[in-house]
Amino acid sequence: MTSSNLNWDAIVIGGGHNGLVAAATLAKSGRKVLLLEAGNEVGGAARTEEFAPGFRVSSVAHLLNRLHPDVVKTLELERHGLKIERGDFVPSVALSKDGPLVLHGAYGEALTGASPSEQSAWRDLRAQLLRYAGVLKPFLSRRPPDLAGMSLAEMTGLGQTALALKKLGKEDMRDFLRILLMNVYDLLDEQLSDDRLKGLLAFDATLGSHLGPRSPTSLLGLYYRLAGEIGGLAGAQIQPKGGMGAVVAAIRSAAEKAGVSIRQASPVANVIVETGRVVGVLTQDGEALRAKSVVSAINPATTILDLVGPREVDTGFMRKVKNIRMKGDAAKLHLALDRPPQFAGVDDAGHEGRLVIAPSPDHVERAFNPSKYGAFSPEPVMEITLPSLADPSLAPSGACVLSAVVQYAPYALREGWAAGKPRFLEAIMAQLEAYAPGIGATVRHAELLTPADLEARYRMPGGHWHHGELQADQMLMSRPVSGWSGYDTPLEGLFLAGAGSHPGGGISGAPGLNAARRIIAMRA
Amino acid sequence: MNRHVKINSARTLAQAHFRTLRLGTPFQPRIDALALTNDWYNWAGYRAPHSLWDEELEYFAIRSQAALFDISPMTKYRIEGPDAEAYLDRVTLRDVTRLKPGRVHYTAWCDDEGFVLDDGTLFRLSPTRFRLCSQERHLPWLLDSAIGYEVSVEEETEAVAGLALQGPTSFAILRHAGFAGVERLKIFDLAEFAHDGAAVTISRTGFTGDLGYELFVPADNALSLWDRLMAAGELRGIRAIGYTALNGARLEAGLIVANADFTTAEHAIRADRLRMPDEIGLGFMIDPDKGHFNGRRAIFEARAKKKLRHVLVGLEIEGNIPAEHAIVYCKKSREVGLVSAAMWSPMAKRNVAIASLQRPYGDTVVDDLWVEIYAMRELQYQKLMKRAKVVPRPFIKLDRRTANPPADF
Repeated sequence: MTSSNLNWDAIVIGGGHNGLVAAATLAKSGRKVLLLEAGNEVGGAARTEEFAPGFRVSSVAHLLNRLHPDVVKTLELERHGLKIERGDFVPSVALSKDGPLVLHGAYGEALTGASPSEQSAWRDLRAQLLRYAGVLKPFLSRRPPDLAGMSLAEMTGLGQTALALKKLGKEDMRDFLRILLMNVYDLLDEQLSDDRLKGLLAFDATLGSHLGPRSPTSLLGLYYRLAGEIGGLAGAQIQPKGGMGAVVAAIRSAAEKAGVSIRQASPVANVIVETGRVVGVLTQDGEALRAKSVVSAINPATTILDLVGPREVDTGFMRKVKNIRMKGDAAKLHLALDRPPQFAGVDDAGHEGRLVIAPSPDHVERAFNPSKYGAFSPEPVMEITLPSLADPSLAPSGACVLSAVVQYAPYALREGWAAGKPRFLEAIMAQLEAYAPGIGATVRHAELLTPADLEARYRMPGGHWHHGELQADQMLMSRPVSGWSGYDTPLEGLFLAGAGSHPGGGISGAPGLNAARRIIAMRA
Repeated sequence: MNRHVKINSARTLAQAHFRTLRLGTPFQPRIDALALTNDWYNWAGYRAPHSLWDEELEYFAIRSQAALFDISPMTKYRIEGPDAEAYLDRVTLRDVTRLKPGRVHYTAWCDDEGFVLDDGTLFRLSPTRFRLCSQERHLPWLLDSAIGYEVSVEEETEAVAGLALQGPTSFAILRHAGFAGVERLKIFDLAEFAHDGAAVTISRTGFTGDLGYELFVPADNALSLWDRLMAAGELRGIRAIGYTALNGARLEAGLIVANADFTTAEHAIRADRLRMPDEIGLGFMIDPDKGHFNGRRAIFEARAKKKLRHVLVGLEIEGNIPAEHAIVYCKKSREVGLVSAAMWSPMAKRNVAIASLQRPYGDTVVDDLWVEIYAMRELQYQKLMKRAKVVPRPFIKLDRRTANPPADF
């Protein structure tokens, strides 16, 4: 049997976690689904890969903090090996020359290392941020409001948001609206005084964006982070055992159980369009595969510009797609270390957590500044994990894996990444050395993935892990482009299901789930 | 590769027309010498004459002799490359694959929402080379549309001079000017002829509904072309004319003018001023069997969901007072539209107009329509309520326009 003779209900392009979630959800609804992955294995940017002999690491995303509960439930991921327990929550440690400060539990349920007055201020601010993020949270699992024609269900959804706002009370509602588009720097200055805490929050708000803490709307990034939850708790984070690849393995298992056919090493050459309707795909091997729906869980620009091409879409739409801003500004560092590093003043639990070098909001802002002009941060900010401490299978005995997301590393580095990469690695190592003295001497192998590397290796244009900047103008009904935010496209039968669609990136599965739900609702 | 190509300064340089407030055309020395009325207007940034000596006599030059009208200000794009046909097929409404080399067609183009950006004429100069002429400038739109096509799009408005030679003796003038073979041109044909060491493209096209030709020549050879035509036309009644005369002729021919009879999509500020092709009488250009083109999805959706809200019609109005910009009523009371162009037609001997009406008026409801004309009579309006009848366009049909061979004089 050659599958070209088969007619699929849906073909999903891209086996990243969103593609797998979309495929599994569609298959569970009784559809016959084929998933095509270009690479040799599924998982996209959520893989566990060996980067040095005996050393394995979550290759892009390394912390699980927003896998959507609807995804876990719909795909019964716990039955497929995903285990999330409260005991797995790891703390965030704000490193500083003045000694570390630690947020315990779900995003700082308890704060240690700060003064009593700061602890009290943090309690208030944390509660407020979670309340406000909670208002926005329902949007994550819905289509963005369709301004052209809203269904009753969508109206009801918006109504519930209005109600949630109202329930905040008058003062809180006013404050919600006041700070919604604020920059995180000014908000932190209003309420906190400890630079270490402020630096950590400023870092989290801007992580993965081309924004500094003082850039307008930078607070939205923090809301996005806090609207995520894991294990039922907003703001919590875990380091999955076996790395992020283990999470994908659970989703893949659910997809296969639901009957999804998965083909790896099957890059798609183009989407087949017949009189304005997408009817299938042509693989790079020249095989034509036909389906009722094609769901692209890869980058939206790649989908439209490369796989569909300009001949089948309107100029204005092409213009919008081309204008999606997606120049990554974050790099990923993997170190194979002879032994676990010792970060000054950090206890064992802290070392198993998330270690953040962002000693003050000014420091984050200064790190951001050069990236505006095409230079990397001379004193970069970063979040570090040591995944092999909790999961020794990731490194040879006694050795250690360090995984870090490092900012700022502009995609379009003026000097070019060929020349800039070794110099940037030097700058990163200098920072690490300052907080974990002696670490440099233990490095057996270093792998630095600049946005240019991420682009080439993970097929992420611009090396942007959200597949499009996650800023106010590229959120909700403007994601991926205005007018086409509801997972459908101007081409009948073609849907977008990746991080480039609402709500955005991170290991959430929400775009994939929402897209699948949209397709199911349309055909119901 | 990331595809964030920033708009470069080359685009700005290619659109330098706005740096001079009022450009002259390559024919300006000749026109200035003939401009007795000094009645100028602004045509797309150029100084162009409303009239040169007498607008009525200029009109009759079109219908009884030959009129020479400077069309250089018309926006012109040179579109060339192996994908030029596919590119234009995607950008414009009509099926470009059916436009043979050496032919011209009237077409229009739309944005994603199916609203008309402009109308114009497309000249197929060779299998891979086209000239697109239009009212408005469209370079950014045309360049953005070219993404993914092997095609070059160049603004050539200033580099290429254009003349319309229209009227019963126009063929005779070209023949006597020595353009051998011009008699072979049928309506909407084009061909290249030698002139002054350069090439002039002559097409049997025009904006008058009359026998006529349009000539395109490099700007450097413009004046010698003018002189050549004027010399050959001396005994055949050739006259240079301004826009008022042409505007009358085009109205008789039932032709519409962008931003006079409809508002182009990029100029419209008010959402209800946007028009789909079906709403301005251009629905005939849409071919359901043609592949994708800009606006296709929206246009067919509007048709299917009956979302078309306007219709453009020809009106015949009782009396002889032009109803320019008059409001159209149903049953003398309900306001249903507006006249965009009107005249007493000397050829049709009828009081004619082009009007935009709100459907179903003008579409399925065509009875009991009226126009209210405000005729200014010595500082006092005389309000006239005149009966209007929807009639087909064109208002006149001249056999000589398409006659083969055209008449010699």
